[in-house]
Amino acid sequence: MTRQMGVGGTLDVVAAEDLVKEYDGLQAVRGINFRIKARECFGFLGPNGAGKTSTVKMIYGLSPVSAGKLTVLGMDVRTKIRDIKRRLGVVPQENNLDPDLKVLQNLLVYASFFNISGSEARNRAQELLEFFGLADKAKERVESLSGGMKRRLTIARALINKPDLLILDEPTTGLDPQARHMVWQRLRQLKEQGVTLILTTHYMEEASQLCDRLVIMDRGEILVEGNPHQLVSEQAGEEIVETSSSEEMIVHPATLEDVFLKLTGRKLQD
Amino acid sequence: MKINISPLLWPVFRRHLIVFSRNWKVNVAFNFVEPLLYLTALGVGLGAYVQPIEGIPYLKYLAPGLVASSAVFATAYECTYGTFIRMEFQKTFQAMVATPVSIDDVIAGELLYGTFKSVLYSVVILLVIFILGLVESSWALLVPVVMALGGLLFAILSIIWTGLVPYIESFNYFFSLFMTPLFLFSGVFFPLTGLHAIVQKAAWLSPLYHLVNLVRGIILGQVGIHLVWDLVWVAAAVIVLFPLPFYLMRRLMIK
Repeated sequence: MTRQMGVGGTLDVVAAEDLVKEYDGLQAVRGINFRIKARECFGFLGPNGAGKTSTVKMIYGLSPVSAGKLTVLGMDVRTKIRDIKRRLGVVPQENNLDPDLKVLQNLLVYASFFNISGSEARNRAQELLEFFGLADKAKERVESLSGGMKRRLTIARALINKPDLLILDEPTTGLDPQARHMVWQRLRQLKEQGVTLILTTHYMEEASQLCDRLVIMDRGEILVEGNPHQLVSEQAGEEIVETSSSEEMIVHPATLEDVFLKLTGRKLQD
Repeated sequence: MKINISPLLWPVFRRHLIVFSRNWKVNVAFNFVEPLLYLTALGVGLGAYVQPIEGIPYLKYLAPGLVASSAVFATAYECTYGTFIRMEFQKTFQAMVATPVSIDDVIAGELLYGTFKSVLYSVVILLVIFILGLVESSWALLVPVVMALGGLLFAILSIIWTGLVPYIESFNYFFSLFMTPLFLFSGVFFPLTGLHAIVQKAAWLSPLYHLVNLVRGIILGQVGIHLVWDLVWVAAAVIVLFPLPFYLMRRLMIK
């Protein structure tokens, strides 16, 4: 798979200024600022309800921006959303493969929504099924796939239009460790091919494995931004000593989890 | 309210056709069994005891009414249960709108698919009654045109309900409180002239009443200026109600 960068190098792929999302008067995203560069993997890490999904839904236009400014691939999401979506790949949190269609048909029909048809669509679909290890499942019903395979098919589907930006909303939630590692491996390969990735997750391991830069979010706000390793050493140091009431002491290397704990006084996952 | 429909409506409609074509034989078979049962039980069975209505043998009177009513029922099922399942359980709409397809393209695709069902089933049943010798006039060739308009109207009405009360249980009420009364009191089975004046006035409000008039008129070759008014009624309802499904479904989908 070859990709072209549509954004002339210097432009940010996504730029948010004082971005707000309100649902019936409640602020899910409270005026956040961030910039995502071409060819990086950018993560939104935070617990459930932090505002990660609301943020990415605004990026791919499912959710209107309540206030502030949001540009994607140099275009305003308020006015150019159809042009933006032409160049995006979206892997939503909820599995929404089409159960009425077979595996290959899922890709072909999705391609048609980008005006890609005929042999071009077939070639791309075939290539993607092979890349994601699903070539022998082409004629199967979607329902017969395992959770990990469904997830891989959803990512394959999101790549059918050779997107400049791939948005993954909790790509491995609900997968077993083996399936999760397989997805990570594929995402790393995509990054090497030059795809810009946006990832939301509440797994700190996922964030530190994949992301070049990330923001940690909580309650609609960005707490901190940076490179995962840098964040850990700046915020939490090298090692963490855990003490408990039984007077045991555990020493472990500092992680993003500790950064989150330090900033919020809570754990990422409870 | 600006409705943002693009040519991507066609791939959306094509997706529905692919799904439909997977088991179209079963679909079509089921949908023409029911009108055939009505024709046999009421048309032939009961019809043997019924005087000709307005000079027309009962079976011939009944058949065109069933063409119209069976078609709009197929549309109503598609645009209530079908639409709701695609939206709520399968999240098909959410998947589509993450592509250049707009939410309005998706809704337009639902309306078009609903319309398609009315056209298809009206033609299938028309063929059956033609073979049974119940078609009197070549005006009947216009049945798909009339039922395209009628199907669109029922698709709009059904999606309005789906958008207003998006719960799977609510569709039972749509059928028992709306579709069944229409089926019984729109002149499918008997002319309304024998009923109280209020019922006759109420029937004028029924979209199916106008469709039955139109379809019966062209199948039996009783074509005249009175049919134009029925056509105007249906077309006006389509034009007036058309924006509502878009408004209501956007409200559900875009948050």
